[in-house]
Amino acid sequence: MSRRVAIIATGQTKHTARRPDVNIRELVTEAVARALQDADLTMRDIDAVLLGNMEPFEGFLFPELWAIEGWGGYMKPSVKFNTGGTVGTTTAIAAYYYVASGIYDVVMAVGFQKQSEGHTQTAITTVGDPIWERSVMAGAIGNFAVMATTYMHESGVTEEQAAKAAVKARRNACLNEYAHLQMPDITVEDVLKSEMLAYPVKRLDMCPQSDGAVAVIFAEESKAQKLCPRPAWVKAVATAHEQQYMGDSPKRLAEMRSLIAASRRAYQAAGITNPRRELDVAEIYEVASFAELAMYENLGFCERGQGGKLIDAGVTELTGELPVNPSGGVMSTNPIGATALIRVAEAALQIMGKAGRRQVEGARTALATGYGGNAWTDVIILSREKP
Amino acid sequence: MSEESPTLRVDFLLDTEYQYAVGQYGTQFFTELRDRARFMGVRCPECGRVYIPPRPVCGICYRELHEWVEVGPEGTIVGWTVVRIPFIDPMTGEQRPVPYGFAIIRLDGASTSLYHFLDETDERQIRVGQRVRAVFREKREGSLRDVLYFRLLGE
Repeated sequence: MSRRVAIIATGQTKHTARRPDVNIRELVTEAVARALQDADLTMRDIDAVLLGNMEPFEGFLFPELWAIEGWGGYMKPSVKFNTGGTVGTTTAIAAYYYVASGIYDVVMAVGFQKQSEGHTQTAITTVGDPIWERSVMAGAIGNFAVMATTYMHESGVTEEQAAKAAVKARRNACLNEYAHLQMPDITVEDVLKSEMLAYPVKRLDMCPQSDGAVAVIFAEESKAQKLCPRPAWVKAVATAHEQQYMGDSPKRLAEMRSLIAASRRAYQAAGITNPRRELDVAEIYEVASFAELAMYENLGFCERGQGGKLIDAGVTELTGELPVNPSGGVMSTNPIGATALIRVAEAALQIMGKAGRRQVEGARTALATGYGGNAWTDVIILSREKP
Repeated sequence: MSEESPTLRVDFLLDTEYQYAVGQYGTQFFTELRDRARFMGVRCPECGRVYIPPRPVCGICYRELHEWVEVGPEGTIVGWTVVRIPFIDPMTGEQRPVPYGFAIIRLDGASTSLYHFLDETDERQIRVGQRVRAVFREKREGSLRDVLYFRLLGE
């Protein structure tokens, strides 16, 4: 029988386009110090540390060595994770397993990326099989765009509805002191008129590239209760992986097989039958506006083909029935190796009641997801109540 | 020295060469493509899915795949775009000229799809469900580039 586990503290950097003032060790130190301060712990109280980073996006290997004093790994039990867009949630789920197993009591998950120092587009190219995919690939944006037209065809979603999701993200980000993009005056018109990258995807439909780090501390039941007045209990975790090639999944965005599988597994474990009603807030890994709407459908927040109507009705706005990404989401902040762990940290802040101006009043159940380049999915459900 | 920060920065260049084994199934596919200008997939004996790219195991049924079947050369557009953002072609290191048409194509008889180029760059002329046909190079070398692009077929 696994032990109960809760998130007791989080720490983030102020995410931004470029942090030339610090190296990665210094960047990671900022987030880790804030998490330790949040829990009122020192590194000596941490039994194990897990690190997430998408190497070699910055052009070097072994980030765990480069940043070891920053993330506190020296002589501690530790593992590095490198699973693409899901890096952060993989690291969080592993931290959960470490504590739930009974082997360690207090475990810290750390994630970081300095996209400004690497070649993300070039690195993402290596996701594709050299002979089958690279010779005809069109980069992350071109590959995303072909999926977006499939989704538009299947669901009837419009460019304007997608633009609304982009606007929601950037306005919410203005309530988040850690978010990268700050665009308080952005309009749907601005998104629609921004540079066409690859139809239907325009510049403001996409996430930015960010530098940033995040740390999240997990603890077993008695320590969690002692150290944190309102811990965010881990109620369920689930992961699911797609087949290899991009063309293997019949409808890609329109039918995200791994997101469907992982979310249904997590809902079942958490006893959730109607996610739209039973979840109070969601922090999802939407790399682009069209993906957010597709994820509403695939997460079961609405029926198939209703993703556009959900954003039209304001259901997922901060004041709506099920706020999605009060933090501003990936469309506002994307330091890849940290991004999915930021979803977990933000979901935890909502449960803890520490989300400041982006707080969803009375949030008791929160969803966090990670979504990777080759369609891998992680899902985590956090709760005010002990599981 | 950076203009925006008093801290130092250095530039470095990483230039590496790799080799990659295409594998037995891939070699069979690309030999057929090169010598006979045709696409070959493999069928799963359990679920009946026909896989392109061909592979030794059906990931869904965990069954070994041995039955080769011809698919295409015509197919249907599942998703499409016209790429306007500059992108470095990973095979050549050169910037690919923009704009170019790009699509997910389900070849007739296949259960999975291929990504490839289209001969059209006008967004108003392309739609999901449209029929396309592979245009092969005269001189083929055994790569996906043996297909120049897919041509949109009339209604």
